[in-house]
Amino acid sequence: MRWPVVIPGLVLIGLVAMLGYGLTRQPSILPSALLDRPAPAFNLPTLANPDRHVTTQALQGQVSLVNVWASWCVACRAESSRVAEITQRTGVPVIGLNYKDKRPDATRWLTVFGNPFSVVAVDASGRVGIDWGVAGVPETFVVDRQGVIRYKVVGAITEQQMNQRLIPILNKLKSAS
Amino acid sequence: MIPELGHLALVLALMMALVQSLWPLYGLAAGRPIYMRLAAPAALGQFLMLGVAFAALAWAFYVNDFSVVYVADNSNTNLPWFYRLGAVWGAHEGSLLLWMTELAAWSLAVVLASRSLPREVSSCVLAVMGLVSVGFLVFTLATSNPFTRQFPAPGQGRDLNPLLQDPGLVFHPPMLYMGYVGFSVAFAFAITALITGRVDSAWTRWTRPWTLAAWVFLTIGITLGSWWAYNELGWGGWWFWDPVENASFMPWLVGTALIHSLAVTEKRGIFQSWTVLLAITAFALSLLGTFLVRSGVLISVHAFATDPARGVYILGLLAGVVGGSLLLYAWRAPRFATGTEPVAVLSREGLLLLNNIFLVVAAAAVLIGTLYPILADGLGLGRLSVGPPYFNKVFLPLTAPLVLLVGGAATMAWKRTRPVVLTSRLWLPAILAVLVGVGLPLFTVGTHAVVAVAGCALGSWAILAAFEDIVRRTRGRRLKLPRQIIGMTLAHVGVGVFVIGVSLVSGFGGERDIRMRPGQSLTIAGHNVTFNGITAQQGPNYVAQVGTFTLRQGDRVVSRIHPAKRRYDDSDAVMTESGIDRDVFGDIYVSLGDSLEDGAWSVRVYNRPFVRWIWAGGFLAALGGLLALSDKRYWRRRRRRHEPHDPAAAARGHARREPAV
Amino acid sequence: MPRFWLYLLGLCVLAALSASGATARDMSDAQLLRYHNLTAQLRCLICQNRSIAESDAPLAADLRALVATQIKAGRSDREIKQYLVDRYGAWVLYDPPFNYATWLLWLGPFVLLLIALAIALNMLRKRRPRSPHGRPLDRARLAAVLDENPDERTRQAARDRDAQ
Repeated sequence: MRWPVVIPGLVLIGLVAMLGYGLTRQPSILPSALLDRPAPAFNLPTLANPDRHVTTQALQGQVSLVNVWASWCVACRAESSRVAEITQRTGVPVIGLNYKDKRPDATRWLTVFGNPFSVVAVDASGRVGIDWGVAGVPETFVVDRQGVIRYKVVGAITEQQMNQRLIPILNKLKSAS
Repeated sequence: MIPELGHLALVLALMMALVQSLWPLYGLAAGRPIYMRLAAPAALGQFLMLGVAFAALAWAFYVNDFSVVYVADNSNTNLPWFYRLGAVWGAHEGSLLLWMTELAAWSLAVVLASRSLPREVSSCVLAVMGLVSVGFLVFTLATSNPFTRQFPAPGQGRDLNPLLQDPGLVFHPPMLYMGYVGFSVAFAFAITALITGRVDSAWTRWTRPWTLAAWVFLTIGITLGSWWAYNELGWGGWWFWDPVENASFMPWLVGTALIHSLAVTEKRGIFQSWTVLLAITAFALSLLGTFLVRSGVLISVHAFATDPARGVYILGLLAGVVGGSLLLYAWRAPRFATGTEPVAVLSREGLLLLNNIFLVVAAAAVLIGTLYPILADGLGLGRLSVGPPYFNKVFLPLTAPLVLLVGGAATMAWKRTRPVVLTSRLWLPAILAVLVGVGLPLFTVGTHAVVAVAGCALGSWAILAAFEDIVRRTRGRRLKLPRQIIGMTLAHVGVGVFVIGVSLVSGFGGERDIRMRPGQSLTIAGHNVTFNGITAQQGPNYVAQVGTFTLRQGDRVVSRIHPAKRRYDDSDAVMTESGIDRDVFGDIYVSLGDSLEDGAWSVRVYNRPFVRWIWAGGFLAALGGLLALSDKRYWRRRRRRHEPHDPAAAARGHARREPAV
Repeated sequence: MPRFWLYLLGLCVLAALSASGATARDMSDAQLLRYHNLTAQLRCLICQNRSIAESDAPLAADLRALVATQIKAGRSDREIKQYLVDRYGAWVLYDPPFNYATWLLWLGPFVLLLIALAIALNMLRKRRPRSPHGRPLDRARLAAVLDENPDERTRQAARDRDAQ
């Protein structure tokens, strides 16, 4: 019975391989549980006019982005111009989801940092955010023509993410019939 | 200038470590003892150099030298001086320096305490430890130099992480690291055994005190950490099964198994290759812990700022050190003489075999639970979390039998024990344990839940069986017990005390999470808690909102406690300081939540019965280890020259021929 | 990226706007117990490894409120967990359910234990004591005596050696 002495070595090899794999991953970035599922329904007042409502219907019929943001979110400031660039380059409308914010703050923020959104839905309680599986701000969802979530970016969109993932995905979804 | 001196000292320490490791190994391989002699002075030199480096960093903190990046990132002129000193090991680079300094200290301790060892043994041990030092020194100098400067120097530093601004921080990491690093000595002895091919009772007698010492440090470190988390995190919990906690718990479990298997190997000359493997594993798990804390593969409350490059290096170091050892093990271990002595189920070695199985499987369970999220992700099974509910469920069935075994520890004799001896000695403790198990939960926290009853019965069984042994040994005569026996007894009593604490604190405490306005009160566990109000206080580097709560039992004022919320000036972080009414039989724990409208606060009040027993158990166990360590059997043969070193005796690996114990 | 998460962590502690204290009010004792158990088993998504019961983050407070509302609405623990898993993924569960993805996690330790016990049993059987009346027993008694009295043991060992 001499062969069992190699077992510890084998365990180590497995462990090191696994940990090495772990190093290539970002543990804090989670894929959305909603990928390839219909966007959760919502019915929220818009920022511009509290009496007007925007619903999931707005996501039907065209490829769109949903960007979750708030005026208290520092990372959103830098992201704002990038979101504008994406709409400019792809023509995809962005629906802003103003998450747990105060109306005056949000309105002022848009005048200061620019308004890349076609419409801003106000989720003051964060209830819709929970339905969308929003953990932090900013988060960005890609929704296709059928209103199905196809991609999600957690945190501020980086230059690389925009060029290598978001824009190609948006273009591909747009060109699909 | 001083930081550069520290940097230079680090480089010199690396040189010393190279000498400490390579020369003796060459001497050993070439049969030239003269080279082996270099190990001891090199170890001394390495320690001195690391001491200089450590002092240089501490000085930079003391004088607020913010041109040193590490100081600027982790200190602040408003930070009290003792926290500035604690900040030396408050983040990655400095804690690595602490780790290496302690490793060098253990090397030095080996030099000082092992004069009676054969030169090839002591120098081989030092060489192995030197190799580990080389790995960490290169790592530090290449990726984590604590002395890096920045110009221009900022006028003020960022603050030390407020979570760490607690007296617990000053003592917890050094103790924990002493334990982690201490297992390197047992590891080095194991490698030496593989190289020299000797695992006899002399070897175990050298290895045991080192293992015990490391275990004592680790036990104290973990206990302090738990106590600190209880005081500082504000949720009334004492153990969170966080990856970083698990990282310290795994080596502890395997180290505990090692202590027991060393006893078997020493007394009976069996399980040699198992013992050697455990010694390697204990240190391997220490290294794994280092990796988990510093690489960022897992999310933890306590993890350091993460950097994949560091992760890759430590993983390489882990693979190299442990892989090399296991290769050596696979090659040499089959040569160890396997004992032909019988092992009976009803014998101390049988008992300790079971002890080892449960401890090692428990450690494996912690490992599986900690790393499973990575495995699941790698196998494409999705992202999942493994948390306290998993560990609690899996751990209970693995450790309950262990506590049952503890009760038999003193009664079970080596080689063989007749069942009648066991029953005649243990029936009384067993019956008493059942009575205590039913009575204690009922009369203290008023429950008869199975977990509480079983836990208290098991805990008191461990305590009572240990006392039975002491009473029987000392009855009728004034016999001076060897300290090793007293130490073992104390450690096992510690286990019992701990188990009772654990089984009563969880689930039966009760907690309230309510909104309180000044003047309002609530009742918890027979105590009336009144919220008197909040006052603002200015600390050295924070502003605190300090609440006052009056605790009454009937009309008697038991105590006034002051939970607080501190907002630290520099980081703007808010920390909870819990207010605790401490009592042997339970704490009332109050922590402030948020300030709500019209002067109300959200307040959490916890009743934590027997929570002190958890740390008392830990410290008792450590004290027991310390007492066993001071047993003169480890020290008295210092004067004599080393054991007869004839290969024949070594090959037989017999313990009994030596006039020991 | 790390800075972003640090920022979120800051948020965890900073902007606790919602009334965490109010959520658990007007629940029965049984409901309260369920509430405490359940919130301790759910992971706060934006904190560094805390349950929502332990977190000051606004999202955790929202989720606590959600759990409280659903408990009061008569939903079962399983339904509430499923509700959150649908939105956030299995990641929110600290107590992963037994399924195809976790069988190794749940069974692994116990399989290991069985293997270890089997090996040990095999070892014990192979090393069955030779004879209860022969030397081993004497030595066992001897060891028992010697254990108590180190001095006697030294003497005995010396005698032992002489005999050999």
